[in-house]
Amino acid sequence: MTLNFPELSLVVLVGASGSGKSTFAKKWFRPSEIVSSDAIRLMLSNDENTPGISEDAFELLHLIIAKRLKRGLLTVVDATNVNSQYRKQLVALAREYHVLPVAIIMNMSDRVCQDRNKTRTDRVLAPRVIKGQMATLKSGIHKIREEGFRRHFEFRTPEAVEDITEIIREPLFNDLKHEEGPFDIIGDVHGCYDELCTLLTTLGHTVDKAAQRITATNGRKLIFLGDLVDRGPASPAVLKLVMRATEEKLALCVPGNHDNKLLKYLTGRNVLLQHGLKQTVEQLEGTDLEWIESLKKWLDGLVSHYVLDHGNLVVAHAGLKESMQGRGSGAVREFCLYGETTGETDEFGLPVRYNWAANYNGKAAVIYGHTPVVRPEWFNNTIDIDTGCVFGGSLTALRYPERELVSVPALQEYAVPARPIRESMNELSLQQEHDNVLDINDVIGKQLIETRLMKRIGIREGNAASALEIMSRWGVNPKWLIYLPPTMSPTATSALPDYLEHPAEAFKYFKGEGVKKVVCEEKHMGSRAVVIVCKNSEVVRKRFGIQEESIGIIYTRTGRVFFDDESIEQGFLKKIADVITERGGWETYDTDWFCLDCELMPWNLKAQQLLRNQYGATGAAGRYAMQGAIASLEQAATNPAALPLLREYRERAAMVDQFTTAYRQYCWEVRGMEDYQLAPFHLLATEGKTYFDKDHEWHMEQLAVFAGGEGNPVIATKYQVVDLEDEAGVLAATEWWHAMTNNGGEGMVVKPYDFITMNEKFFVQPAVKVRGKEYLRIIYGPEYTLERNLVRLKERGLSTKRIMAQKEFALGVEALERFVGKVPLSKVHQCVFGVLAMESEAVDPRL
Amino acid sequence: MLLTITNSRYPATDLSFLLHKHPAKVQSVEVMNGKAHVFYPEAGDEKCTCAILLDMDPVGLVRNSDANSFALDQYVNDRPYVASSFMSSAISKGFSSALNGNCKEKPELVSIPLQLEVQISVLSIRGGEELLQQLFQPLGYEIIAIRHPLDPHFPEWGNSRYFTVTLKNEITLQALLSHLYVLIPVMDNEKHYWVNEEEVTKLMNKGKGWLENHPSREIIVRRYLRHQRKLSDNALAAMTVSEDAPLPEKAARQKLHDVRLQAVSDEIARLNVTSVIDLGCGEGRLIKLLLENKQLQRITGMDVSSHSLEVAASRLKLDKMIESQRKRIQLIQGSLTYKDRRLHGYDVAAMVEVIEHLDEDRLLAMEKNLFNEIQPNTVVLTTPNKDWNLTFTTDENMLRHSDHRFEWSRAAFNAWCEHIRDVYKYTYEIKPLGEEIEAVGAPSQMAVFSKQ
Repeated sequence: MTLNFPELSLVVLVGASGSGKSTFAKKWFRPSEIVSSDAIRLMLSNDENTPGISEDAFELLHLIIAKRLKRGLLTVVDATNVNSQYRKQLVALAREYHVLPVAIIMNMSDRVCQDRNKTRTDRVLAPRVIKGQMATLKSGIHKIREEGFRRHFEFRTPEAVEDITEIIREPLFNDLKHEEGPFDIIGDVHGCYDELCTLLTTLGHTVDKAAQRITATNGRKLIFLGDLVDRGPASPAVLKLVMRATEEKLALCVPGNHDNKLLKYLTGRNVLLQHGLKQTVEQLEGTDLEWIESLKKWLDGLVSHYVLDHGNLVVAHAGLKESMQGRGSGAVREFCLYGETTGETDEFGLPVRYNWAANYNGKAAVIYGHTPVVRPEWFNNTIDIDTGCVFGGSLTALRYPERELVSVPALQEYAVPARPIRESMNELSLQQEHDNVLDINDVIGKQLIETRLMKRIGIREGNAASALEIMSRWGVNPKWLIYLPPTMSPTATSALPDYLEHPAEAFKYFKGEGVKKVVCEEKHMGSRAVVIVCKNSEVVRKRFGIQEESIGIIYTRTGRVFFDDESIEQGFLKKIADVITERGGWETYDTDWFCLDCELMPWNLKAQQLLRNQYGATGAAGRYAMQGAIASLEQAATNPAALPLLREYRERAAMVDQFTTAYRQYCWEVRGMEDYQLAPFHLLATEGKTYFDKDHEWHMEQLAVFAGGEGNPVIATKYQVVDLEDEAGVLAATEWWHAMTNNGGEGMVVKPYDFITMNEKFFVQPAVKVRGKEYLRIIYGPEYTLERNLVRLKERGLSTKRIMAQKEFALGVEALERFVGKVPLSKVHQCVFGVLAMESEAVDPRL
Repeated sequence: MLLTITNSRYPATDLSFLLHKHPAKVQSVEVMNGKAHVFYPEAGDEKCTCAILLDMDPVGLVRNSDANSFALDQYVNDRPYVASSFMSSAISKGFSSALNGNCKEKPELVSIPLQLEVQISVLSIRGGEELLQQLFQPLGYEIIAIRHPLDPHFPEWGNSRYFTVTLKNEITLQALLSHLYVLIPVMDNEKHYWVNEEEVTKLMNKGKGWLENHPSREIIVRRYLRHQRKLSDNALAAMTVSEDAPLPEKAARQKLHDVRLQAVSDEIARLNVTSVIDLGCGEGRLIKLLLENKQLQRITGMDVSSHSLEVAASRLKLDKMIESQRKRIQLIQGSLTYKDRRLHGYDVAAMVEVIEHLDEDRLLAMEKNLFNEIQPNTVVLTTPNKDWNLTFTTDENMLRHSDHRFEWSRAAFNAWCEHIRDVYKYTYEIKPLGEEIEAVGAPSQMAVFSKQ
């Protein structure tokens, strides 16, 4: 004998102690699938016979079952379950998680149970207890179907149990995860046969209209989202075509509420002939009865929804929330047919629909129909493509995976909708409106973010808490925050006696990572700035969903607005936009916005306070303290014992002066906007594209087009491409660094030639900085070059910083790729929030 | 970091006996994170100068720290160059016998006032020359102070807080060193180590005979003890035997905040409700008041800063509360601009002096969240009244707090309330908070929004 039930079932074993439940369970199921009440009692008490723990044991049993079912795991309940009341609780649990309850009943004779019980060593029950269990079992077992067990198997002898040869776990009908597409998914047809044929032809399929048959497809599978019938002129023709296509495996079809109601009518149930059913019934009059029979069968066999393409696509007539996807229950079917309603009715007497999509956060894209809309809009990875063809709108198909919409207009208005189909008055899309307020659950607590470059990046709870404060108090509107740059590690410390950092270590590092070619870029003496510049404020509204009169934004690497004065910010952006216009940038990249990674000069613009209160103050204190010390030592110099000190202090006084010279380089007088300069070094993204696949030389060349010229704030970044095998080239780049830094330059950034460079282990550090000897005085203090200081400063660990840099890089890339891929903002925000959270990790701020 | 002491009372070299440092030697003593070099630029009978040169280790200052000292977080720092509490430590280490009034070889010298001149380069003075005068003049010093510019290259940066200072007095060496020991860190207003009870004893000891009657003793004590109220109160009490120096009252601002909180709490009491959420609860002062309202069964404080919540928990003494009381309170970290199920289901939401801390372009998100998502029956919201600022300034752009992003006049607040009424279906009533002054109104304003 074989037992068969769905692969996702709650299997409830029923039987008195000693009836063989545990033995059966062990034989046919994996140990992890069995939840045993005895084991739980033992867990809670050290002794299965402890009285008074039943309540706690049941609570825990139910909790474990619930968690397993939530995760979609078949679960076997090994408890006596003789009491109907207990079984009903289990059925309720199965329903809550949309899982089929299955009962396997061991209805053995008293003697079998008593004998087995006697041979038990762990737990011996009094014979009357077993008798009682058997009596309870027998009193309720005949009603097991009414309890809600659609499938049950009963065994009366041990031999019958022995006879089981196989347990077949049936896959759910809705599970078509292996079908990857491509698909053409078609919205509510409602008997609009002409429009359907036109649409199919437009999509590239071949239709024999008269024969009501698709003769050939273009290799793409069709999916019909239901509501094939009612209201329209030719429901039978639509049915015939779709039935045939499904039989020929050219198409899949899920049922709509109208199709379901037609089935009820056909099977003789009492339904009202309204909402267009009357037309369908009239159109079906006189049809071949045999065909009607096959129609009934076909309609009855329609599966509520399908999960396709490895769980990335779900199709259902009225949509489907995540917890119901891939499950089978009456509630799931109801949802697929009607969606969720609030229980209220609107001014037109129609049920008020609950907007399940507003809370949807699933991995699968959900394609559905049911509610006519003027224009399909992606919303939280769901889309309603019922464009109300029968009401004079259009018939729409969605191509998957391309996510492209194809529509044909209705030939006429066949019916008038009870509720007018209104275009939203809002100028923002549904998604943009929704994204005005993001959900805190997407960012707080411990987070795991899947990225393309790093499989899973964990964000610590404490770091997320810090980021929440920074983001909430100082962050720009999350709609602008589509990217945050990663932190950058310095090079390992130099082996040369006079240097803390030197290019040699950077070259050596990349060579060791298997990189053949690097790009050295001048490190500007400014602040990191992310610039988003749009063609006009219309683009800001349409693409970014921000309703304000601006053409973009400039923000810092911690997501704060760069210019406190908005008029300066917008004025500066206007200059950049003008340069882009003038040099054909919008056309070259076929875009109406740019996102650039830049350095904005001068540094004192952002660091005025720091310069005065820290650098200026240290310089002043050092200068006058040294003066005093040297004067006293000079006076004491008649005493030879004071000479070494005098020498040392003179040397140190010189360092304090060098320090002052170093920070003065950063103080430009800023009279107005014309004194700001912007040096873009990464062209991050434009509409529909990111440029992480382009090498840094490409970035430098593309951006140079926008640099230079009278009154242009955009400047080019000096760079050198270095072949690491070419000693002369390496030497030249090192010389170049010396020349820059001797002139007071900050240093350079060394990057692998390709933006994302993979070696056999991982992707290589995106960049390493090599800072100039003089510049480092303002990081490590005026006297850092004193040998006794330098020796100790060279002991610094870089590993945390480097791991952070990689994670932040992966998150930044992911954020931008998600944004250009038009995923809901919450998914973009999660990544930039992650970068900010990473930045609250304690690492040496001087690295 | 350089301190020189010159004696010109014949024979001037008495100074070297008192300091117990030989004029012909250059000696070094170890101090925490550095050394102090002691040498004599001049050692004649007419004039004898001893220098103590503090040589701090800038790397050690950042890298070394133990439980009782603070590590600097920046290498770029004035600490290696200024006379600070490090100098006091160096004095007590290098000149310990002199500081304690001992002189083995010539004990009679200890009590003789010398002609002393001290030079310090540089001295960090938070409080400027005025403070310097205030501290040293009563002790009989002649003072010459040269204030240094931050950077002569950038005159617009102005002056620094660094001075080269000369002090002259006819005084015993012990008295001079005691003054310097106490007053150098007082001027700097910082200490490199943690201040505890022991520090009070040190102060009483070093201040003996001059601090008790110093007109600026309060500022000296408070600064020396790093503004630890309890310690300085004790020290001051020990010094003041009879005259009752009243402790300064907290500013009137504090009182205004109390008025505000009481008004909000009264408003909530009138509403007859059982649950309140305090959005932006800060350190939990409103919650403390609300707890007295027995009707409230559920009081939740939300704040964006986890640090504030920790302070709130300790101020409310949550860990010591009896269970029935503890159960009424919940503190959660959250943000006004993010949707959050945990904020739903309260009768009243209070938002006391919070909205002005949001950037104006984030108000839309906050509004939608509060009035559209959370939708409490009542919202009690307060914010400063900008009109009232005229009572203390004529500067239009001046805000009352550095983190305020804006302040609304009464008209602006009313306009915002109207907007909320129109968009989100709430009615509102505005009430003044605090004493009303003609033409400018009350310092704060409160709106009570009710869901229609």
